[in-house]
Amino acid sequence: MWAFIHKLGSPKWFYDISERLQPWFWAAAALLILVGSVWGLAFAPADYQQGNSFRIIYVHVPAAFLAQSIFVGLAVAALVFMVWKIKVADMAAAVMAPLGAAMTFIALFSGSVWGVPTWGTWWMWDARLTSMLILLFLYFGVIALRGAFASRDSGSRAASVLAMVGVINIPIIKYSVDWWYTLHQPASFTITSRPSMPVEMWWPLLLMVLGFYSFFIALTLMRTRSEILRRESNKRWVRDLVREDG
Amino acid sequence: MTPKRKQRLFVILGLVSLAAIAVGLTLYALRANINLFFSPIQIAAGEAPIERQIRAGGMVKEGSVSRNPDSLDVEFVITDFVEEVEVHYSGILPDLFREGQGVVVVGQLSENGRLHADQVLAKHDENYMPSEVAEALEAAGYSSSDYAEKYNSADKYDSADEYSGTKNEGAD
Repeated sequence: MWAFIHKLGSPKWFYDISERLQPWFWAAAALLILVGSVWGLAFAPADYQQGNSFRIIYVHVPAAFLAQSIFVGLAVAALVFMVWKIKVADMAAAVMAPLGAAMTFIALFSGSVWGVPTWGTWWMWDARLTSMLILLFLYFGVIALRGAFASRDSGSRAASVLAMVGVINIPIIKYSVDWWYTLHQPASFTITSRPSMPVEMWWPLLLMVLGFYSFFIALTLMRTRSEILRRESNKRWVRDLVREDG
Repeated sequence: MTPKRKQRLFVILGLVSLAAIAVGLTLYALRANINLFFSPIQIAAGEAPIERQIRAGGMVKEGSVSRNPDSLDVEFVITDFVEEVEVHYSGILPDLFREGQGVVVVGQLSENGRLHADQVLAKHDENYMPSEVAEALEAAGYSSSDYAEKYNSADKYDSADEYSGTKNEGAD
């Protein structure tokens, strides 16, 4: 176990293993998102109250899941980098942050679009919406801090500290709908309790959530690989690799 | 783990827990402001300010909606099944507005306890259902919320619960 983790910390080993894993995640992402979106948008039944606008759930919920998961991933990577000084963790954090910001934006935007026909407003300063907006700004902060220093190491450390402290926002987002009165309803899709919708609505949602996760993993692997090449460009194994490929 | 790494880990954990405590205390202090709306119980207890913009939330009471046929004026009662607030509104209601539906009303409370709304927002719960199922349930004499209650395990969130004022004891 420890040997595996130490190997994972070596950029070269990570580069090799991710090359083999990557196609599987791309294939899974393409398949799941294709089947999930066609099923969800065309074949799942319309909701009894909201009609077809309920189908926004098939983008909104997976994006919101990822937006929060990626921030947790960012904080874990930051912790590993700060305590064990494993560089690959920092490279992964660097490439994950913009993706998380994009997912947060998609969740906020699709939520707004959904809010107009159902709630009657596109924005309300309730605890869930506001904490999600704070998450977007935290992502911007992490991205900006990384680039704000002349030395890359200082930028990495500053971004790591913000990621680790900012993770406090995640339980607030998750429980905001339970702790306070909000316009946003409680979670529809949880792993721990029975789904709050029939299976013909729930299956496509599950596929979309898994598809979004696969897409995120595939994209992170791909972008971490290029980040490794960029940062390790003066290392011998990278030069050998470049020479091999011509 | 080397002593140096252990030290770094403890410094980080300490920093994060201090920050968490600070955020937690702040949110606790601001809890009344973070709640999006006053429940009818809170309004009846005089916790909501008079003649200032507030938000009130509750269920539209069954049989309470009366529309003026010549204008957009509508009157209804919102309830948390304990207390009730009369609402007067003139404007277009959201599609989801109906009796038995959760709503958030933005407006001003008058001296006599009536709420003059500038905006009515519909809330919906986390349960989704195909319309055929909802119709079949209705035909069988169940309401859709009965279905939701049965469908979810008993300990799960119950949509009526949210308006009973359990969430916020001290909105002072």
